Amino acid sequence: MDLFPAGLGHDSVGAELARRGVPRREFLSFCASLAALMALPAGSEAAVAAAVSAARRQSVIWLSFQECTGCAESLTRSHSPSLENLLFDLISLDYQHTLQAASGEAAEAARMAAMRENQGKYLVIVDGSVPLANPGYCTIAGMSVADILRETVANAMAVVAVGSCAAYGGLPAAQPNPTGAVPISSLVMDKPVVNVPGCPPIPTVITGVLAYFLTFGRLPELDAQGRPKAFYGETIHDRCYRRPFYDQGKFAESFDDEGARKGWCLFKLGCRGPITYNACATTKWNGGVSFPIQSGHGCLGCSEAKFWDMGPFYQPLSTPTATSRMNLAGAAVAGAAAGLAVLAANLGKKSAAQAAHEPIGVADLVKDKAK
Amino acid sequence: MSANELLIWARGSGFNLALALLVVGLLLRGFEIFSLGRKTDLAPARARSPGSGWKTVFSRTLPPLGLVARSPTTYLGGYVFHVSLFLVIFFYPPHIAFLHALTGATWPALATPVVDGIAAMGLAALVALLVSRIGNPVKRFLSGFADYLAWTLAFLPMLTGYLAYHHLTPDYSLTLGLHILSAELMLALLPFTRLFHAVSLIAARWYTGENFGRKGVAT
Repeated sequence: MDLFPAGLGHDSVGAELARRGVPRREFLSFCASLAALMALPAGSEAAVAAAVSAARRQSVIWLSFQECTGCAESLTRSHSPSLENLLFDLISLDYQHTLQAASGEAAEAARMAAMRENQGKYLVIVDGSVPLANPGYCTIAGMSVADILRETVANAMAVVAVGSCAAYGGLPAAQPNPTGAVPISSLVMDKPVVNVPGCPPIPTVITGVLAYFLTFGRLPELDAQGRPKAFYGETIHDRCYRRPFYDQGKFAESFDDEGARKGWCLFKLGCRGPITYNACATTKWNGGVSFPIQSGHGCLGCSEAKFWDMGPFYQPLSTPTATSRMNLAGAAVAGAAAGLAVLAANLGKKSAAQAAHEPIGVADLVKDKAK
Repeated sequence: MSANELLIWARGSGFNLALALLVVGLLLRGFEIFSLGRKTDLAPARARSPGSGWKTVFSRTLPPLGLVARSPTTYLGGYVFHVSLFLVIFFYPPHIAFLHALTGATWPALATPVVDGIAAMGLAALVALLVSRIGNPVKRFLSGFADYLAWTLAFLPMLTGYLAYHHLTPDYSLTLGLHILSAELMLALLPFTRLFHAVSLIAARWYTGENFGRKGVAT
């Protein structure tokens, strides 16, 4: 199979890869890993390769709102140079604050041009949440980000909410949520929205979602929270290489004890792997080198909604987040008071019964002769 | 409310509420029971039986001779369920972590597959006990709302815990949240339902044993 045939359009991914001299073997290997990541049937890597190769460069508008740029950093600085990065280059990234050369009015003009030229066909990637408490909290080129989002997604094909801020509100939405931050899905109702949560998300997962879209022309199968099932179908705990230690009851009690040195389970140190759906334990980070648990730190659950509000990071998941001693003392006082009240009532009842008691003599037990 | 919000509530406010209700209930019932006392028995004791109360606390843990054969489901099911519940609560690692956070005490755990097997036996025993209760005309006649409520309060945490451990539901966080909530429901209602026997058991047996000993009845 010729992956980069001469007949491909000059703006196709295949043509761009050929121009860059990407080896066929490397490209096929990438497609095979993508097929595996997306849980596609065996042998489908060839179909993935052909589809990606022939795909037209996808116009993408990337909007950044209340965020830290960690998501973009994750994607662009992950394990450069890699084919994932090249593929990212090969989408037509028409607007992105951090990466684009244009600025000011020229940048906004690029966004408008991309929207006009690819009407109904472009993808919108959003990282960051939208503040609703006051439109002035986050503006770009004088427009509130809520208005920019509304305007940009109006003619988009689909929206990808990258990172936990865009997917769930993230850190800006943590209690007490001073900016009234909301996720993208609560504002975009009439377009498909894919959530790719994580703080930041795994770069391969971001590229995987885009590759799926390029390959099949549709969005991947999503779970109830709008996440691609291929990447968020299982918990970290279920795929964790330390899971056998959990099953054996072997836990690290501190970050420098014998258990930690032996690589035992980090549940007691607050690992949230059991409730976190993500691909960290399988895809890993930095080119598959490692992931937080492998480097000795528990999972923070960053790809889950409200992960900032789930209590202390270093407390086991099965423990209460905040036991109030005042609450307990108050309950003890209330219980004792209620007990004393019941005691008083019972004693009163007993006294009343004693007072009303009429002694019965033998004469009372004799049948009434009159009857 | 999302699954994660439910979990956050269950681990925070929900737990504090349940714990407060448990403390209020335990003190209330404790005062109520112990403060009333009993009338002084003016009759002379028929026999001297030192320690009969404590002896009864332990002797009544064993089944009366012959009754296991006559009512195997009640006795064996009861033993399996109670032992299972005890082991699961006190020897499953996340539960130990929970008790450690509350009390500061800790102890070795059982391997989780062992606890899993024990929990399955406990669940099976509870189901068998319910079937027996409903199927046997005498037990059915003697059973009321309070009995079925106590059964439900004990069954729900076991069931949700088992479902959560095996990921048998689509949303693990939701199942975990429901597991914690069901355990909190059990804690909150423990003082006000038949589950209170977990607390009153020793005092009640001791009193019965002492009374019997005084009257010359074998304990």
